[in-house]
Amino acid sequence: MIGIQYGITSLLFLLFGFLLMLAMRYQLAHPGQPIPLVGGLMEKALGEDMAKGGVMQADLYNAFGAMHGTIMVFLAIVPLLFGAFGNYVTPLQIGAPDMAFPRLNMASYHLFFWGGAVMLSSFFIPGGAAKSGWTSYSPLATMADSNFINGQTLWLVGMVLLITSSLLGAVNFIATIIQLRAKGMTWMRLPFFVWAQFVTAFLLLLAFPPLEAAGLMQLADNVLGTSFFLPTGLVVNGSKPDVSGGGSPLLWQHLFWFLAHPEVYVLILPAMGIVAEVIANNTRKPLWGYKSLVYAVLSIGFLAFIVWAHHMYLTGMGTKIATFFQTTTMMISIPSVIILTALFISLWGGSIRFNTPMLFALSFLPMFGIGGLTGLPLGFNASDIYLHDSYYVIGHFHYVVAPGTIFGIFAGIYFWFPKATGRMMSETLGKIHWFGSLICMNGIFMPMFIQGLRGMSRRMYDGGATYFGSGVGADPGVLRLNNAITAAAIALALFQLPFIFNFFWSIWNGKKVESDNPWEATTLDWQTPTPPPHGNFATEPVAHRGPYEYSVPGSKKDFTPQGQPG
Amino acid sequence: MEIPYTVKPRPDTGLYNAKVGIWLFLASEVMLFGAFFSAYILLRVGAPEGFWPDVATGWPHGLLNIPIGTFNTAVLIASSVTVVMAWAALKENNFPKFQKFMVFTVACALGFLTIKTFEYNEKFTHYVVRLKDGSAVTGHLNVDGHSPRFWTLQDVEEKKIEALKVEVDVPNKFRFPVGMKIPEAVHEAHKAGKHHEEKEFKVADIASLKAFVPSTATFFAIYFTMTFLHGLHVLAGALVLGYFAFLGRKFWQQHPEQFTNRIEVAGLFWHFVDLVWIFLFPVVYLL
Repeated sequence: MIGIQYGITSLLFLLFGFLLMLAMRYQLAHPGQPIPLVGGLMEKALGEDMAKGGVMQADLYNAFGAMHGTIMVFLAIVPLLFGAFGNYVTPLQIGAPDMAFPRLNMASYHLFFWGGAVMLSSFFIPGGAAKSGWTSYSPLATMADSNFINGQTLWLVGMVLLITSSLLGAVNFIATIIQLRAKGMTWMRLPFFVWAQFVTAFLLLLAFPPLEAAGLMQLADNVLGTSFFLPTGLVVNGSKPDVSGGGSPLLWQHLFWFLAHPEVYVLILPAMGIVAEVIANNTRKPLWGYKSLVYAVLSIGFLAFIVWAHHMYLTGMGTKIATFFQTTTMMISIPSVIILTALFISLWGGSIRFNTPMLFALSFLPMFGIGGLTGLPLGFNASDIYLHDSYYVIGHFHYVVAPGTIFGIFAGIYFWFPKATGRMMSETLGKIHWFGSLICMNGIFMPMFIQGLRGMSRRMYDGGATYFGSGVGADPGVLRLNNAITAAAIALALFQLPFIFNFFWSIWNGKKVESDNPWEATTLDWQTPTPPPHGNFATEPVAHRGPYEYSVPGSKKDFTPQGQPG
Repeated sequence: MEIPYTVKPRPDTGLYNAKVGIWLFLASEVMLFGAFFSAYILLRVGAPEGFWPDVATGWPHGLLNIPIGTFNTAVLIASSVTVVMAWAALKENNFPKFQKFMVFTVACALGFLTIKTFEYNEKFTHYVVRLKDGSAVTGHLNVDGHSPRFWTLQDVEEKKIEALKVEVDVPNKFRFPVGMKIPEAVHEAHKAGKHHEEKEFKVADIASLKAFVPSTATFFAIYFTMTFLHGLHVLAGALVLGYFAFLGRKFWQQHPEQFTNRIEVAGLFWHFVDLVWIFLFPVVYLL
């Protein structure tokens, strides 16, 4: 099953991206000191320029920073949510035997795999991996490395492969949801997870091509010497590069953010879908306001396309344009709040089962809330001018994706693990994993708000020691927070060990499920044999009712499966 | 369970799976080419007004061959008609007729690409020569009677040429941006039917020499990127349609309905490729 292939590959990328971050965090807390355990290995593998004596050099920090972002977003989270959960769960929930185009699905996985391989290989070429941030702003991205085949070139080739993979995936998802719904599975009977995937697929389908275009243009800038993004009169290191000029650095930013803002919703909507499924199942009552949830997610899908320039307030855009984007940005927070509110109200009066998936889903709600609310000052033009490019932004964004989306992913893994393997994961280890992760995630990202408000800029490889260490404006307190964050990051790494152990141990030794529906859930994915065979269903499923008929008054059991007639 | 609606349409949507898929794919293609067209607009609006190559970062006008471009447009439109005829022939259950029309379609696609290759070659042998006094001219080189490809000043120096012969273009009125006053000499040269003027430049006076390649000006960058990407689509279409035309007989005999569907889907893609050119031609050649 391709969903599981996607899942394993992207979980490995998630771990790798996390390890890059750990190395960076060590450098921030202890600038100029060799990285313990792996420092020597890094020097051997990446060369003296990058890690002399095991100490992370500025170029390596930049490369790790850029690749941490790229890997986490494009190689870990999106493939996990969309490739893995989407692929595995969506056909089951709509009662389909498979995706509409199975071979396209395989092609999509191969492109993803090779895109990832190209990205990883870029660490080992002369000059190292891309080091102009995950946003790869021109002209820096074109001018940073003078080698003909450089990290940025490979980054772009990798991105083009990944984008093509996502496009094929998106076509496949939408066609599947439109065409392969089982008999009786009307639009308003779709589980919320499927709606989230549907909107996500549209975002990928329509927002990714402009980045593909931009990627091809930047590739031409790097390889053919064109000037798409290089302005007239460009001076690099005191000399004028031999380019025709006449290009526009802003063009890159527009094309990049036209993808990258909808991408944020690609990262969060499927996680919301997972959380909604888990919450409905474990409160034993229907989701509150299913229709408002559906309309909210559709509104997000539409509005996501007209907010991108709020990442660009500092480019000197006119106040009228800034006002437009500021307004749309405030508007898009309304459907997000509707979703969060509906999920909170769903808890009211439920007899909640506090199992591991539910604990992760419950912690998603406040964590995403913090991430969302701290985004508002960034959406306002005036306050963004102060906060732009500071650690506040890092804190805000990571609250949305790390304790937000990744908790959603963990909830999903614990929830659907018995469907995929026929065995449960250990609850004890799961609860240790959840408790430690929740504490440590907050330990990492909460101090970043303080650092950012204090004016600490992102992407400084010494962790701000140059600015806050001595002289005017010295603030050792801000720097000491670096040590606290790093300690929390290391603790977070330790708390993932129970999960990794639990995952592999439970595949072979977990408690066997007693039925195909261990969580007593209503949706069609639990009415298949465990694990689902080729063709998914033993008999053709029919949807007789809505997706969340829990605790229907008068019925014998507290759940009525979608496929149950009568 | 088998995957449903691979051949027959789903009753409530009225579509079979592949048709939904191709329309979605085309939607993403619209966004891809849409991004390039937007980039074109932004770059062009940002370019300073003036006669290129005098204004080095200005927008070059009138350097593409309009009659050839028009002919190529006609070639693609013709192929768009025949691809529908081919599909209609299948609906009539007439495979030989289908084959005839499809081969014509593929021939048009390959003809388009061949013509485009000649156009590209013409650009690679066409140069902008910038002199050290700040002036600049465009034209073909004359090195032993022909214009070499992709030369730079370095090649000239390596060949130990001291005076470079250039067939300097006499600019026609299309070379001037809208609103700019066209010099009287241009009209006179046009009346006299004069298009080129051979001049000789001392290599010591030349500051730079560049063929019309993507790195020469932003216009050429976007021209080559867009037409090359479109060319790749034409090539992909030619391969797919050619496969059906020459190797499709067996599949047609076994699954006639599915084969007809495949032709319809491939035809939709082919129409899209034509449509891109219908936009591309006026935007890069005429405006």
